[in-house]
Amino acid sequence: MSEQAPFTIEQFYKYISQGKLMGGKCKKCGKIHLPPRPLCDKCFSKEFEWIQIQPKGKLLTYTIIYVAPPQFQQMAPYAVGIIQLENDLKIPGMIKEVTLEQIKIGMNLTVAFEASPTTSQWPQWPRYYFKPA
Amino acid sequence: MKGKPLVSMVSAGLSKFGKLEGLYAREIFAEAAKEAFDRCPNLDPKKDIKALFLGHMGESYEHQGHTGATAADWAGLLHIPATRTETACASSGAALRAGIFAVLSGLCDTVMVGGVEKMTHRTTAEVTEYLAMASDFPFEQWHGITFPGLYALMATAHMHEYGTTEEQLAMVAVKNHHNGFLNPKAHMQKEVTLEKALSSRVIAWPLKLYDCSLITDGGSCVIITKPEIAKKYTDMPIQIIGSGQASDSIGIYERESLTSLIAAKIAARQAYEMAGVRPEDVDVAEVHDCFTIAEIIGYEDLGFCKRGEGGRLVESGETKLDGKLPVNTSGGLKSKGHPVGATGTAQAYEIYLQLTEQAEKRQVKDANIALAHNVGGSGATATVHIFRRE
Repeated sequence: MSEQAPFTIEQFYKYISQGKLMGGKCKKCGKIHLPPRPLCDKCFSKEFEWIQIQPKGKLLTYTIIYVAPPQFQQMAPYAVGIIQLENDLKIPGMIKEVTLEQIKIGMNLTVAFEASPTTSQWPQWPRYYFKPA
Repeated sequence: MKGKPLVSMVSAGLSKFGKLEGLYAREIFAEAAKEAFDRCPNLDPKKDIKALFLGHMGESYEHQGHTGATAADWAGLLHIPATRTETACASSGAALRAGIFAVLSGLCDTVMVGGVEKMTHRTTAEVTEYLAMASDFPFEQWHGITFPGLYALMATAHMHEYGTTEEQLAMVAVKNHHNGFLNPKAHMQKEVTLEKALSSRVIAWPLKLYDCSLITDGGSCVIITKPEIAKKYTDMPIQIIGSGQASDSIGIYERESLTSLIAAKIAARQAYEMAGVRPEDVDVAEVHDCFTIAEIIGYEDLGFCKRGEGGRLVESGETKLDGKLPVNTSGGLKSKGHPVGATGTAQAYEIYLQLTEQAEKRQVKDANIALAHNVGGSGATATVHIFRRE
């Protein structure tokens, strides 16, 4: 089933709702794309397979957002960062379940998964976030 | 080919930058256009200007798209081809490049390039949301990462990797506010102390209020023409001898480096090679300081110092008005203001004043070669242009 799923951002978030961090591996050149994309930017192949990425990594950099856009205002201040995953992959996200003072570059984090948003508006993507390992 | 002029700037205009209450973007652009026409009495705008390329970022601010045509109309240039270029905060850097293409193609002898943005009638939360649209939606905006947040991620990494300090970031603000204090068109014409900058409220740690450029209304333009006919319009044309532009992944998380903007490095290399100029030949520069860290990274990407040395370069004082390489003599985005679509050609306007010795209190002596570095969003676009006195 997963073999046929399109290699799109929409599908990436469908997997997030199932608690899985999934990337697309190019069958021709082997490059792993996270997020997945339908055309390999290295060799232009359109043949991919899904691979599950270990949901853990090290914090590369972070910031604490104090001035937030309207939909996040009630959460501020909150931390966001970029984590280094396996296979040279990186993703950004919020860092939760930790006091802001304890956040340090290099700390080990795991990816956690939230339930799907209940809104009927686009986009209905569930969110993932990072928490201390 | 090296150092051969691509086009010549024969005039330039800039509206007042600031909170321009009651003015609509097209009206602000008309003010900039009028100054450019007045500076160049030998030019007949209706007859000579063959096209307009206009940098404008956001429809959201005024609920108005299709702004190339409206700007041309309000500038009195109805019916000329008018095209909007959009590369976020580098929109008018891209407009300048589009204008260079138009002239070099031979289709147009003389064109106007410019930019405009009207922002201050919106709340800070709204502007924060609209600016964030220049970043990746599904992975950055969706997870609450703001525009200052993206540069804060680069700042944290730069501090960790190279020992850059919050004080050095604040020094960029102090320097640029000093220059803006001397610029009658700057949005915030006041000096700022290091202590005040460091104690201002946090926007996205480590970036504080005084690390961020201003939400500003403004318009800018320059008129460019074929170098062979430039003297017809002015005794002091300014040649553009190098032009570079590059792109990068929209998400900063997909990039190899979090402490350098590869698009800016590529654009700089193209422009230097075309111009036959080295970084040490540059006498004055406008560097895209949307955030203080951006100017520090800009120094490194442009080769003004080695990688990681940007913080120490600002600390050395060499980029002050009386230093070896004055940067952001206009006050930069930090103090002159950052009406995003207008910024690229506002940089060209400052360089026009500097190289024609009309920069008054902020005039750099004997400047011959100048550079403008305009970055779109968090670095998915960059343009670099190199200018020279004829």
